[in-house]
Order: sequence, then C-alpha cells, then structure tokens
Amino acid sequence: MNDLQLKSQRFRVEREADWRRLEALLAKAEGGRVRRLTDEELLEIPVRYRAAVSSLSVARATSLDASLIAYLEGLVTRGYFFVYGARTNLADRLKRFFREDWPGAVRGLWRECLAAGAILILSAVAGYVLVTADPDWFGSIMPGEMAQGRDPTASTAFLKQILYDDHGRKGLSVFATFLFTHNAQVSILAFALGFAFCVPTALLVAETGLSLGALVALYASRGLGPQIGGWLIIHGTTELFACVIGGAAGFRIGWAVAFPGDRTRLDAAAAAGRTAGAAMAGVVIMLIVAGILEGVGRQTIKLDWARYAVGASMLAFWLGYFFLPRGRAPT
Amino acid sequence: MTAVPVTPAAPPTPPPGAGLNRRFVIPEGVDLRLQLASAGERAGAFLIDLVIIFLSLIALTLVAIAAVGAMGVKGEGSEMAQMIWILGAFLLRSGYFTLFELTPRAATPGKRLLGLRVAARDGGRLGGEAIFVRNALREIEVFLPLTLLGASSAAGDPVDKTLALLGLIWSGVFLLFPLFNRDRLRVGDLVAGTWVVKAPRQRLAIDLAEDAPQRLARFAFTADQVDAYGVKELQVLEDVLRRRDKKILTAVAERIRTKIGWRGEDIETDADFLTAYYAALRARLENRLLFGHRRRDKFDKA
Repeated sequence: MNDLQLKSQRFRVEREADWRRLEALLAKAEGGRVRRLTDEELLEIPVRYRAAVSSLSVARATSLDASLIAYLEGLVTRGYFFVYGARTNLADRLKRFFREDWPGAVRGLWRECLAAGAILILSAVAGYVLVTADPDWFGSIMPGEMAQGRDPTASTAFLKQILYDDHGRKGLSVFATFLFTHNAQVSILAFALGFAFCVPTALLVAETGLSLGALVALYASRGLGPQIGGWLIIHGTTELFACVIGGAAGFRIGWAVAFPGDRTRLDAAAAAGRTAGAAMAGVVIMLIVAGILEGVGRQTIKLDWARYAVGASMLAFWLGYFFLPRGRAPT
Repeated sequence: MTAVPVTPAAPPTPPPGAGLNRRFVIPEGVDLRLQLASAGERAGAFLIDLVIIFLSLIALTLVAIAAVGAMGVKGEGSEMAQMIWILGAFLLRSGYFTLFELTPRAATPGKRLLGLRVAARDGGRLGGEAIFVRNALREIEVFLPLTLLGASSAAGDPVDKTLALLGLIWSGVFLLFPLFNRDRLRVGDLVAGTWVVKAPRQRLAIDLAEDAPQRLARFAFTADQVDAYGVKELQVLEDVLRRRDKKILTAVAERIRTKIGWRGEDIETDADFLTAYYAALRARLENRLLFGHRRRDKFDKA
C-alpha cells in the first residue's frame, strides 16, 4: 500500500470491505428479511454499526472526500435506525398492547372519558326531551337518509318491524363489515378533529347523543321503549363506549395543544398523542366487536332480555378490562 | 481580521437549525446531522402513495365485480367478495400508511422511492401508537378538505355553498400546516412526536484521488500553488470532477491555471490537470487537518 499517498485513502481502503458488509446486512434486514438473517449476522450488525460510527468520526476529522463522508453518514443513519429501532416481533407487540398499553391508555384518559360520556348522556337526554315535547324536532335532529323512514309519521307496526327484521338472514356478515368500516371511519375522524381544540369532537359526540335520544323518544311514544332499549343496547354499550373513548382521545390531544402547561406545545402534543394513539387503536378493535354484535348478534338474537343481557355483560367486560386494578405490570 | 476560533472538527455544513439540517446526536456521541425532507419531497411521496392506493382500489373493485358476476348476486361467494371489497377499501384508506410505516424501513413505497423515512423527533424508538396517530390525523388533513371540496361544489343552496367554502378554508389550515413550521411537521407529525427525514441509500463513489501518485509524478505543483485554496473550493472541485461536464471542466481548469500561474504542456487535458490538482490540494489540506488546522476557504489565511 506504499503507493497510496493520502492517509484518508489508506483509511478508506482498509475499511471499505467492512462498510460494504454492513451495507449488505442492512439491505437484507430492511428488506423485511430479518428472519432470514442468521444469529451470527444479527449479532454482527451492531458491531459493524459501531465500527462505521467510529469510521464516520475519523473521516470527518481527517478526510476531505465529501462523497465518502456523505456515504458514511447515510450508512450510519440507516444502521442507527435499525439498531435502535423497535425490533420486537409482532406477537410480543400485540401481547404488550392488549396487556398494558391499551387498558393503560384508557385508564389514563378517565377524566376525558367522563367528559365525553357526560356530553353523550346530556345530549341524549336533550334529544329525548326535545322530541317528546315536540315531535317536529325529530326531523331536524335526524336527517332523512339516516332515519330510514323511522320518523313520527311512520306506523307503529313499521317501527316495530325494524327492531326485529333480520334483513332476510342474508348478507349479515356484509352488513356487519359495512357497519364496522363506517363506524371506524367516523371515530377516526372524531379523534382527528380533536386537534382543532376539542370543539368539533364534542359536536360529533353530541350529535350521536342527540340522535340516540330522539330515536328512543320516538319509540317510547309508541310504547316500544323497552324494545328499542334492547335493540340499541346489545351493541350500543360497546359502540358508544368506543365513541366515548374516541372522543376522549381527541379531547386529550386538543387540550394538550391548547393548554400545554409547563411543557412546550410540541412536547405536550407528542405525549398526548402517544396515550391517545394506543386508546384509538383499541377503539378500532371495539368497533369490530360492535359491528359483529350489531350485524350478526342483533339479527339472530330476537329476545329483548337476551339482548339486554348481552349488552350488559359487554359493558361489564369492558369496564373490568380497562379499570379493574391488576398486578403491577413489569416495566 | 479578528481571530476566528476554528476547530479541526468544525462541521462544513451550516450550523444546526439552519435550513433543513438538524442536530441529531446518537448514543455513540456522534452528530448525524439529519436532513429533514422538504415540503416538495413530502408532497411527491404522498402523491405516489395516492396513485398506488387508487390503482389498488380499482384493481380490487374489478376483481370484486368479476367475482360477483361469476357467482351471482345472492350466492355465498359473492357475499364473501363484497365483504372483502369493503374491508379492502377500508384498509387501503386507513391502513395503508400505518402498515407500511410499521415495517423496519418505516416508510411507505412513495417515501422509499424518494429516500425518506419516519423517525421519532426525540431520537427514541418509533412506537406503533405514534405511527397510528400520525396517520389517523390524515383524516382531517386530506379527507376532510376533500369532503368539504365535494360538498362545496355539490351544494346548490348559496348558504350551504358558503358554509362549505368556509369549512374548506378552515380545513385548508391542516392541509398546509407543513409549510408554516420550520421542521415541516404535518399535524399528524406534531401530535405523534415524529418527523420525516432523509435516509437515502448512498452509493460509495470512487475516490477521485485514487491514482494520485501517477498523476502527481507528471504534475509537480509548488507549495504556493497548492496553498491557493481551502476546503470549500476543494469540495466544489470534487463536485465538478464527479459531474464530468466538459464545458464546466474547461472553465474551472482555466480559472485555476490563471490563479496559480500554471503553465502546463499543451498535451495535458483539463480533466487530468484538475484531477491532479485535486489530489495535490487534498493531500495538502488533509495534512494540515492532521496538524489541527482546517482551512475553510481561500480567504482563510491562518
């Protein structure tokens, strides 16, 4: 190597093979083929990564070859993200999510949950009172396409038939899928709107409550109160709970952005986002359950008391899952 | 000229915070000087992803229609096809970004093509919930403006139209959010504590001074001649040599010959002369670097 004059060249010649080896390992790992890496290769990456970091420091201090430094910076950046990135496998991630992150996030949101729940209940009561006092309100609370013919002019028989009609037994799973995707989309929107200082989220939650109250009032006026209760409750405890949590997650974010407290607005938003994110991922799961209960469970279970029993046990299950104290999780 | 403290390891890049360069110290104690993605790159990556989503949706729809057509509207199979279509459309809209960013590359195909990836702003791990949040907020950044755009053009009543238009302006704030902050954060990035950085796959280019000994044997530069320039000029010269544009090579070679008073033989080519001078200059500057002095540019006389 005596014919090489520059020290930076000698430096490069001696280490180039190591860098290329790291590059090849990273390409393999990033290509989603982490499993195909052998144990030796997996252990080799951090070692070679640290060697590359040291090369980068040396190169910055001694070499003036800009392209070499850019290459090493790129290589170390990729290595950093791989070595320090989350590499737990999916099963572990899921286990952690169901055992700690999800219930923990909902517990952390209890105040927001109370607020969203209060808005939902108050607006439901308001909807009920309004429609009971003056049936004309129904039209303004429930737009025509949402009411699907369920309005004060409909016959009692028609209203009753909707409660127990099974859509001809066909397409139940399609119906359930549709309900799930629709509700999930709306809840994600409600959550995202929380960023606008909570107000639109509160409006969406209140809208849900109002239409709920209006519908109950309409059926109650025909003496079908308990029946509509069963029709709603079988999936409603799950779906409305999900709606409350989604609203609560939105509130958390909007509140953090509006009133960051001691932290900077960015830090407060990021911290709120992490809690709210885990809760929202859980909301999507709850809506899958609600969609199945509504699309399949409600169409097959026709007995009112059975519907109440299913709804109540679902509520008990969720409350227990989220709020029952459990052994301290290992951290 | 007052003394400017110059340390050997002074970064050649602008100070952190300027432009889209960010200080990013990894646990090994080295500053990676991350480059943030520009608004244009972000928009480009997003457009590529949108095209992929649309094409997948069209393909999915065609397959579903074919399946329903083959099995009849009432059959069990067609029910399955409908379900798969509904779920598929939902996954494309709400899951595409999240699922791709959960992979080790932390980037959607569009971002991959442009050499970008998502990273946690605090340098920590990029958690699944952060990815979920940053993409859930696309709902108000993209889909809400789209919905309101549709509503404002569909509304017949002038009051409705005005309301929808006001809504559109309001939601435009979320859409254009990245243009109004230094770090090019989307609303989703802000809430999730993430940002999008450049992490391209760099190729290791050849060393321009590789055959320096042979060249330098032919070109004997004096000490004064190699002292004419500093690091900044060296790197400009490197760039010129890597591009190999004949016109620029000639122009630069002329400038340098005049500056250092070089009278070369007629047979030397511009590229040869420049490569040799590059090697000589780099040898000189790197030598001084080893002795603790980084000469920034030709005005740095210390």
